Amino acid sequence: MSTEEHHHHDESYAELRTKALESLLVEKGLIASNAIDDVVRTYEQDIGPMNGAKVVVKAWTDPEYKKRLLEEGTSAIEEVGFTGAQGAQIVVLENTDDIHNMVVCTLCSCYPWPVLGLPPSWYKSEAYRSRAVVEPRAVLKDFGLELDPAVNVRVWDSNSEIRYMVLPQRPSGTDGMTEEELIEIVGRDSMIGVAIVESPTIV
Amino acid sequence: MNGIHDMGGMHGFGEVTHEENEPVFHESWEGRVMGIRRSLVKHGIFEPYNFRFTVESLSPSEYLNSSYYERHLRATENGAIAKGFITREEMDERMEFFRQNPDALPERREDPKESEQIQKITFMLEPLHRDTGATPGFNIGDVVRARNINPQGHTRLPRYIRGKTGIVVKYYGNHDFPDIDMNGNKSEPQPIYSVQFDAEELWGASAEKNQLLFIDMWEGYIEPA
Repeated sequence: MSTEEHHHHDESYAELRTKALESLLVEKGLIASNAIDDVVRTYEQDIGPMNGAKVVVKAWTDPEYKKRLLEEGTSAIEEVGFTGAQGAQIVVLENTDDIHNMVVCTLCSCYPWPVLGLPPSWYKSEAYRSRAVVEPRAVLKDFGLELDPAVNVRVWDSNSEIRYMVLPQRPSGTDGMTEEELIEIVGRDSMIGVAIVESPTIV
Repeated sequence: MNGIHDMGGMHGFGEVTHEENEPVFHESWEGRVMGIRRSLVKHGIFEPYNFRFTVESLSPSEYLNSSYYERHLRATENGAIAKGFITREEMDERMEFFRQNPDALPERREDPKESEQIQKITFMLEPLHRDTGATPGFNIGDVVRARNINPQGHTRLPRYIRGKTGIVVKYYGNHDFPDIDMNGNKSEPQPIYSVQFDAEELWGASAEKNQLLFIDMWEGYIEPA
């Protein structure tokens, strides 16, 4: 399926190195096994794009909150309960009929962890990191999104400790949906800016 | 450093491929690497440099031949060796042990207090603004040029921005300056701005139409244009 090879080395080789490193550091009392288990579990279960989706839906349903979110992202996101590493200062970018924002980190893979979790493979790929700044519309086509030429594309290269998250547009035909239902339709990619939130009737 | 990690605008990496229902970690060792790295921060593993510079310092061929977590693994291992926490010989021996005993697992050390400390880091909100009293030297709307710097140490000013002209659109506060001076000179925190560039300024005739690029510029990265 994937033409891009993410694992060029033998998989077991990395596993072997990791085992050796963990084993030595545990032996020297520098790390605790249960602390590592907890980091893994936290990112697998507790911190992920469902956090960002809650922020987005609150902004869609509460105009005062949306205003705060766009003015002071970090504190507005903290209101909903999300803080942490790689989210010391979060700026939220609003997509509109005329403006489409998308986020990249060309130098590494900076990403707003408290709201979106750990970045997906494509975000960390050489292809995305190299191309998003120079041919964003072509990259969006790889994701199946073709923007009108009149839409202004704004690419944010996340090179500092500030983290960027996109507030996607609320699709039409969602007026009768509950907040829980809305949270379900807000996908991770729409909060990075490589997708839009589709109206459930179209899906 | 002008390294392989500085990829903005490069060609040849192909299409962006998208994996449906991607797991957080594809292999369990990836999660272990993440946890080990976070656990070692309090031991100052990447000082006096930083984690990103340690990753960037992998050779270009190793960088490109490694996945994200493989890079992190090698950087963490190299950092632990540079700090004297472990030696290369110990790593080689221990790898040989696990090669010969594929069912063996690292021994465990349980420390609830340590986990609590690490979880605190995971959820901590640590503001970036440094109250140094420094006042911003640029105003919103100022036309600025990114400096043409080519330092051997770490920098967050990518090549494709250097020498290009843009407009200051926002002042974010004063942040620690990330560049690493290889002579060991330290920098004070600096005002940091969002600067807007026209795609045509960056890419000339190759630019797509109707595109802007925004990037964060510490004051030392820009000069009046």
